[in-house]
Amino acid sequence: MSWETVIGLEIHVQLKTKSKIFSGSAVDFGQDPNTNASAIDLAMPGTLPVVNAEAMRMATRFGLAIDATINQKSVFERKNYFYPDLPKGYQTTQLAEPIVGPGIVTIQLENGTSKDVRIHHAHLEEDAGKSLHEDFHGMSGIDLNRAGTPLIEIVSEPDMRTPEEAIAFLRQIHAIITYLDISDGEMSQGSMRCDANVSVRPMGQEELGTRTELKNINSFRFVERAINVEVERQIDLIEDGGKVVQETRLYDADKNETRSMRSKEVANDYRYFPCPDLLPVVLSDEFVQAERESLPELPVAKQARFVNEHGLSAYDASVLTQNRETADYFETAAKTCGDSKLAANWVTVELAALLNKNDLGISDCPISAENLGQMIQRIKDGSISGKIAKTVFEAMWNGEGSADEIIEAKGLKQVSDSGAIEAMVDEVLAANSQQVDNYRNAAPDKQPKMLGFFVGQVMKISKGQANPGEVNRILKEKL
Amino acid sequence: MHNLSVAQISQGLSKGEFSSVEITQHFLDRIHQLDSSINAYITKLDESALAAAQQADKQIAAGQANPLTGIPFAHKDIFCAQGVKTTCGSRMLENFISPYDATVVANLKQAGAICLGKTNMDEFAMGSSTETSYFGKTMNPWDLETVPGGSSGGSAAAVAARLAPIATATDTGGSIRQPASLCGITGLKPTYGRVSRWGMIAFASSMDQAGPMGKSAEDCALLLQAMASFDSKDSTSIDHLVPDYSANLNAPLEGLRVGVPKEFFEQGLDPQIAAQVHNALAEYEKLGATLIDIELPNSKLAVPTYYVLAPAEASANLSRFDGVRYGHRCENPSDLMDMYCRSREEGFGEEVKRRIMIGTYVLSAGYYDAYFRKAQQVRRLIKNDFDRAFEKVDIIAGPTCPSTAFKFGAKTDNPVEMYLEDIYTISVNLAGLPGMSLPCGQIDVMPVGLQLIGKHFDESLILNAAHMFQQATDWHTLAPAFADNTSEANGGAS
Repeated sequence: MSWETVIGLEIHVQLKTKSKIFSGSAVDFGQDPNTNASAIDLAMPGTLPVVNAEAMRMATRFGLAIDATINQKSVFERKNYFYPDLPKGYQTTQLAEPIVGPGIVTIQLENGTSKDVRIHHAHLEEDAGKSLHEDFHGMSGIDLNRAGTPLIEIVSEPDMRTPEEAIAFLRQIHAIITYLDISDGEMSQGSMRCDANVSVRPMGQEELGTRTELKNINSFRFVERAINVEVERQIDLIEDGGKVVQETRLYDADKNETRSMRSKEVANDYRYFPCPDLLPVVLSDEFVQAERESLPELPVAKQARFVNEHGLSAYDASVLTQNRETADYFETAAKTCGDSKLAANWVTVELAALLNKNDLGISDCPISAENLGQMIQRIKDGSISGKIAKTVFEAMWNGEGSADEIIEAKGLKQVSDSGAIEAMVDEVLAANSQQVDNYRNAAPDKQPKMLGFFVGQVMKISKGQANPGEVNRILKEKL
Repeated sequence: MHNLSVAQISQGLSKGEFSSVEITQHFLDRIHQLDSSINAYITKLDESALAAAQQADKQIAAGQANPLTGIPFAHKDIFCAQGVKTTCGSRMLENFISPYDATVVANLKQAGAICLGKTNMDEFAMGSSTETSYFGKTMNPWDLETVPGGSSGGSAAAVAARLAPIATATDTGGSIRQPASLCGITGLKPTYGRVSRWGMIAFASSMDQAGPMGKSAEDCALLLQAMASFDSKDSTSIDHLVPDYSANLNAPLEGLRVGVPKEFFEQGLDPQIAAQVHNALAEYEKLGATLIDIELPNSKLAVPTYYVLAPAEASANLSRFDGVRYGHRCENPSDLMDMYCRSREEGFGEEVKRRIMIGTYVLSAGYYDAYFRKAQQVRRLIKNDFDRAFEKVDIIAGPTCPSTAFKFGAKTDNPVEMYLEDIYTISVNLAGLPGMSLPCGQIDVMPVGLQLIGKHFDESLILNAAHMFQQATDWHTLAPAFADNTSEANGGAS
């Protein structure tokens, strides 16, 4: 039997506010434990929450960015459960009336197609603290610096059918939140966290299978691996006559397996109810309108513009717009060299490979966009060949200067002087008289292919610096 | 000296008849002498009180006195005070020293008032008799065999016994008005949002409200003046102008429309209390007011509604007492679950546990709609009843309690009977309205309270109506014999 995978994602995004969602403590990680924890964060008796307006604004902007309904009245509720790093014994979150209602995120796939993923809603809530289990001699330490950090939880509909779609969706969310500058979106740092709801069903069946929720997927790469391994497990289970149990499963990246987290626990009853310490938050029409008007150009719009203005493929456009820095980098390089396609190629292929290899982000790239643009310009004006450009590119990466400086210093400038090339052509023809005869006796349709041999020889003598166009022209003339 | 009103003390201070240190010492002496008999105080603050009184005397000498500068008072032990033990009447917080001041505490410090100590209360304000306190029961100064009411029984008893001229208190379902009634003093629960809840340990957040207790409406006006403020730290605090509560105390009541809800005089009310309240209403007619019969048809649903909503909120509010960061933690927990269970088992008393369980139950999956949601809907109906009534009347009057102070243990075995103590007060909290209790009679020496209920933010009118009644009657001036039961008064009989 063939199976279809159904995936929905729940993404937690830490907002980059200065202070916490319900207290004035700084949102600032890497500090000594409990130094960013006030009486409110410690849930001291008698303390009360006050909503951070900036968190509301950021959530509103996210909602507007995915074309969602903004609920101008939203309600915070208490989600009750005991945990040592949850100081109040409840998490203040939203349930029945979240700030962001249904929306749409469009994803681009590698095969050039696009797909709409529906967002069920997105709500605001507070992060918990951290439990530390090392260095406490069998006890646990609690660090509440993170407690109260604002989060938006984005809940998708089960609209994805492959891990690739899930990754594309996650990347698109990442692009949106970084464009809006509302989060760092660093999965490795936990400022963006992803849970995946995964189920399988026989191909063609409409009814959804029983889903499991996968937690602890803390990189884009693990999304694919975790989903694949869970799908395999579910299919094996069903094909062996078993049943999938609805449960939360932890993804173990080291063992590449998922395992049940809460099988022994009774289902939690969180007893949500509206938080009586907080009034419903009401957003005015003017506020929402002002936020709508001040949105930056978003990934989807930028993608469309890259296709229309720059003539890129939809897929290249989506790769280049995954974050604002990359998009800006590309646009600067394209503007400098005047060739968008070439610029796109260099950014998505050569540059991306080196950045990946060195585990660097575009903002840490040692080659400036202007320098890359200048190098591409030198390819276009014939100063260097595409092959020599790779040498220049590597030298720029190593900090040896701008493209022009490197070409000059290393004497890489292409030889276009026809006298010099003619001399080299003569030398090659003299040394390969047999091949010259063969060429001259060959049928015209075979000749272009045979010409390559001579071009190669000339390029060899010139150490790659001869202008290939010029070499071709003179060779044809002489032959 | 201990029978003086706040205004009289203030006058004495400014005229130099006595100093703040002297009157503070006088009350501290009385507390040390008498409080062992009634247990109104959990914590006595002699040292800081005298230090503050010295400061106050300097301020008075410098001519910079406010109406409460140098005036001794007591705080209910529900308000967090920096560096001071704040127990909320619970073993859970037996050794809890607050790291910060409640807004009410800060406001009274700012006003220059002198805190004598922190008063006893039902554990986490859950009770109507102060019998649920971990720190022992408080005795009613009018009859040491009876309860002072609750949860602010300590504050009420302290004022009645003249162990403090005025005291702060809180009221979630009647916790200011009912003990005021039972102890024969005056107490006002302001409009929800009038006094900041920051630093006031939460019981039921949507109803908790702090207010003043004193011997008279005049004293309550002065204390409320200092307590009330808009506070950006409390999201439910309302930014409404704080008027001069003393300004209109003497306004004539000619033409005042007093609503009398028939539901407050039906079965369950002690007929002798009904008679006393009717006498009080007749007094209002004499003062020029008109009595108008009104209906509050949903008020009979107030107690069950409250006992769904308040425990629901409390069940979450009390989750923070988990033994992790502060408060009681059991000895040698075997694991996390053991620590949670035993810390809370040992730290909370029976009534608190009962309400946590009720609250947990009514919020549970499958019961939420039947209980919590339904109760919220009924709350709206109760509020609507008041809105309709206030279209016809300016103020509502009736009994505060169905009976006078009862014997210890009389209602501890039957929680529902205890809950019915608040049958006339609870609807006011559900509607967020201001309400007051003032003495209006006695039955066998035990005080009877008259309740006045006003529109939102109409504290001034309530205080005015209460003050005019107190100008015409002397019920509020009566003190229990216990208050004069000092060796000084007894001529050294001991």
